[in-house]
Amino acid sequence: MATANTSSKKKKGNKYVIPINVPTEGEAGETGTWRSQRPVLTPEKCIGCFNCWLFCSEVAIKKTNPIEIDLTYCKGCGICATECPVKAIKMVREEDEEKEEE
Amino acid sequence: MGVRTLIPEEEHILGGNRACPGCGAVIALRTVTKALGSDFIVVIPASCATIISGKFPATPYNFPVLNMPFETAGAAASGVVAALEVMEKDDITVVSWAGDGGTADIGLQALSGAAERGTNFIYICYDNEAYMNTGNQRSSATPFGALTTTTPTGKVEIKKDLPGIMAAHNIPYIATACSAFPEDLFQKVKKAKTIKGTRYIHVLSPCPTGWRVDSSLSIAVGRKAVSTGMWILYELESGQLKLTGKSKYLIDPAKREPIEEYLKLQGRFAHISDEEIELLQKIREAKWSKILSCTE
Amino acid sequence: MPSEGYKNGERRGRGKGGRVMSQEIIATGNSAAALAAKMAKVQVISAYPITPQTSIVETLSEWIERNAYPIKARYVRVESEHSALAVVTAASATGVRTFTATSSHGLALMHEVLHWVGGSRLPIVMAVVNRALGPPWNIWADHTDSLSQRNTGWIQFYADNNQEVFDTVIQAYHVCEDPEVLLPAMICLDAFILSHTVMPLSVPSQEAIDAFLPPYKPEHAYLDPNRPAVLYPMVFPESDLGYPGYMDFQYARQRAMEIARRRIDEVDKEFEKHFGRSHGGMIQPYKCEDAKTLILTMGTLASESAVVVDNLREQGYKVGNVKVRVFRPFPNEELRNIAKNKQTLLIIDRNISFGNEGALFTEVKGALYNLRQRPEIFGFVAGLGGRDVTQIQIEKLVKNAVIATEKGETQENFEWVGLR
Repeated sequence: MATANTSSKKKKGNKYVIPINVPTEGEAGETGTWRSQRPVLTPEKCIGCFNCWLFCSEVAIKKTNPIEIDLTYCKGCGICATECPVKAIKMVREEDEEKEEE
Repeated sequence: MGVRTLIPEEEHILGGNRACPGCGAVIALRTVTKALGSDFIVVIPASCATIISGKFPATPYNFPVLNMPFETAGAAASGVVAALEVMEKDDITVVSWAGDGGTADIGLQALSGAAERGTNFIYICYDNEAYMNTGNQRSSATPFGALTTTTPTGKVEIKKDLPGIMAAHNIPYIATACSAFPEDLFQKVKKAKTIKGTRYIHVLSPCPTGWRVDSSLSIAVGRKAVSTGMWILYELESGQLKLTGKSKYLIDPAKREPIEEYLKLQGRFAHISDEEIELLQKIREAKWSKILSCTE
Repeated sequence: MPSEGYKNGERRGRGKGGRVMSQEIIATGNSAAALAAKMAKVQVISAYPITPQTSIVETLSEWIERNAYPIKARYVRVESEHSALAVVTAASATGVRTFTATSSHGLALMHEVLHWVGGSRLPIVMAVVNRALGPPWNIWADHTDSLSQRNTGWIQFYADNNQEVFDTVIQAYHVCEDPEVLLPAMICLDAFILSHTVMPLSVPSQEAIDAFLPPYKPEHAYLDPNRPAVLYPMVFPESDLGYPGYMDFQYARQRAMEIARRRIDEVDKEFEKHFGRSHGGMIQPYKCEDAKTLILTMGTLASESAVVVDNLREQGYKVGNVKVRVFRPFPNEELRNIAKNKQTLLIIDRNISFGNEGALFTEVKGALYNLRQRPEIFGFVAGLGGRDVTQIQIEKLVKNAVIATEKGETQENFEWVGLR
C-alpha cells in the first residue's frame, strides 16, 4: 500500500500528494462526549433480538446475549431504547447518571 | 423475533463518526455495505456522506471511496466502471451513494445519462428529503407541505417521483427501501448485486435534525412512513412490480394508518393545515393507484 | 519551429538522423490529436461533441468500437462535457490513462471539474480546440476559452502545427505522469486553422512510442478494495497532528508546476533524441539571437509571425519571433532571458480579458517587471472569433512599433487590430 501519508515530511512543502483518509475508529473524536443522555441496560430483560445492534450507527452495541453497550462513541441518540421490544434499555440523562455514580 | 442471522456482523463503518445522532443515512449505509460485503468501490458526490467521510486524515469508512463534485455521481460511477473493465477487474461492484439533492436535482442529468448507457453499477439514493448537508433547504424530493429553510411556509410542490423517472429508463432493477427496514434493504442490495446493468435503489433515510424529530424516533418515523402508506416499499424488476415488506399488506387503503400518525412526529409538519393534510391524502392515494396499476 | 527555419513549405521537424521508423501521412490537427491519444494507449475516453472538436471524438469512437485499437479501451458516450470530464476524472482516479477533448463552451461547462482535476493531481490530457465563446455564436479560432481557465492548475500547451499537436500529446503524458508532477494538461490547437487543416504528419511506430512513453502506474490515486481509503476528503484550513492543511496541498500543486517547467524542457529534449524533432520546450525562439525586436505569440499566430520575421529581415529589420508554447506554467525565466537585451517587444493576443488586456500581454509584463533594462512592450488584440491576422498586418505593427520605440512615443501601447 503506497499512500503518501506514511512518509515523513520535508521541511518545504509536504509529501502528501493528495489527501487520503485512512479508516480510523473515532474519526470525529470521542463522540461519547456529544450525548446528553446515555443508554442503560437491564441485562436480565434482554431477549437477544438485536434490534439495538441493528440500528446503532456507532457500533456501540456488541452482538452478545445479553448485549453489551460500549459508551465510548455512543451519541445518546436513543434509538436502541425506542426499538427494544421489551424495554430492556432506558435512556438516562447524563447528569442523573453522574449523580448516581456519586 | 429471534437471533438476527440474515445480516452479517462484519462492520464497514467504524464508530465515532461525524454523523448526527440518529442519522438514518448512516444506519442505511451500514446495512448497504454489509450487503455489498467485499470488493466494492463507492462514489460519493457532495452530500452529508462527504462530511461523514471524515476530516483528513481519518475516515470511518472501511472501504474505498471516491469523493467527486456534487452533480457527477452518475458520470463518475461510469468512469470507475469503464476503468475497472479495462483493468480486467469488473467483478468489483461500483456503487454511487448520493443524497436526494445530488440525485433528483443537480445530479439528475448525470444519473439519466449513466442509466441510458446501461452503466453497470448500483445507484443508491439516500433520501433525507432536503439538502441537509447545507442546512435543510428544499430539494425536489422534499414532500408537499414540509417546512425547510427555503420553504418556510411549507413546500407547495409534490415530491418528485425518482423511481418513476428511473423506470422510464428501462433499467433492469429499481427498488425503494427505508432505513427502518434493514432486512428489506439488505435483501434488495444483495439482489441488485446479482444483476447486470444500471440498478437503482431509493432509500428513505429519516433525518432527525432536518425533520425535527427526536433522534430516538428516527427509526420509528421511518416505520410510520411505510405503515401510513406515505412511502411504498417495492421492487421493479424487468418491468414487473412487486410490493415488499410491510407495504404488501397495505393494498387495502383501510389498512394504512392515518397520515397524521406520521406527520405528528415531525416538527417540519408542525404547522400543517387540514386542507394540506387532505391534499397529502390525495397524493398518497394517487401514488398507490400508480403503483398498483403496475402490479399484476 | 526548428531553429533552422521554415521556408517555402519545407516540412519542419524532420530533424537530424531520425532513427525511428515512421510513417509519413497527411492529417488534420484533430486526426493528429486522436492518433496520438490512441498511440499513447489511452484506455478510457469520454467526450461530448462540439464544433470544431467533433472529429477527434468520432475518430476515437470509431477505432474503439471497431476494435482497431492497440489496447483494451472504453469510450463512454456522455450527455455533457461536465459529465465527460467527470467520467475521465473517476477513471483516472481508478488508475488508468485517460483522454478527453473539447472546445469553447464545452470547456467553459467543464470549469468546475477543471478545478477538481487540478486539485486531484490526476494526469489527464485534454485536447482543446480553441474556439470563441458566445454570444455571439462563433466557431472560429480564439484563445479566450482556454485562457479563461488558466487558474485551474492545468498545464497549457499551445500548438502551431499538426505535428506539434501529435508530438505534444505524447510528451504531455510523459510530463504529467511524472511522480513529481502529477498535473493535468491541455493541448490547445486553433479552430479550423489546425483542427481541420491537413498538414504533413510524421507518425512514429507504436514500438517507438512505447519505448518513449512508459505505462501509467499511479502510486497516489487509485481505487482498490485492498486499499480502503477515502480519496479527496475535506481538508480544513488547519489539520490536526501536524498533517498538511488545505493551503499546503495548494502549495504542493504550485511546486509541481515549478517542476513541470523543468520536465517540459527535459521531455522535449528526450523526444528529440528519440524522434529527431523538438518543439522548443517552454518557448520556441526563432532568429532571436541578434534581434532587437521580438514578436511574442501563441498558437498559429507564431507561424504567421515566423514568416513576417523572414520578410522583415530581408528588409533589414533585426526582428525575431518567440512562440510561447507553454502558458502554464508561465515561462517567466525563459522570457526574461530572451527579452532582457531587446529594445521592442510586440505581443499579439488572440484573446481578451475584458476590463484589461490580453492574457499574454499582461503576464509577459509581469514577468519582465523586475528587469533593470526593460524593452518597450506593445500589446495587440487580434484575430478574435477567427478574424484573419495577416502577415501584412503584423509587418505594419512591427514597423510602427520600431518607429515608436526610436521616437520614444510608447504611451499608446495597447490596441485592438483589424477592427471594422
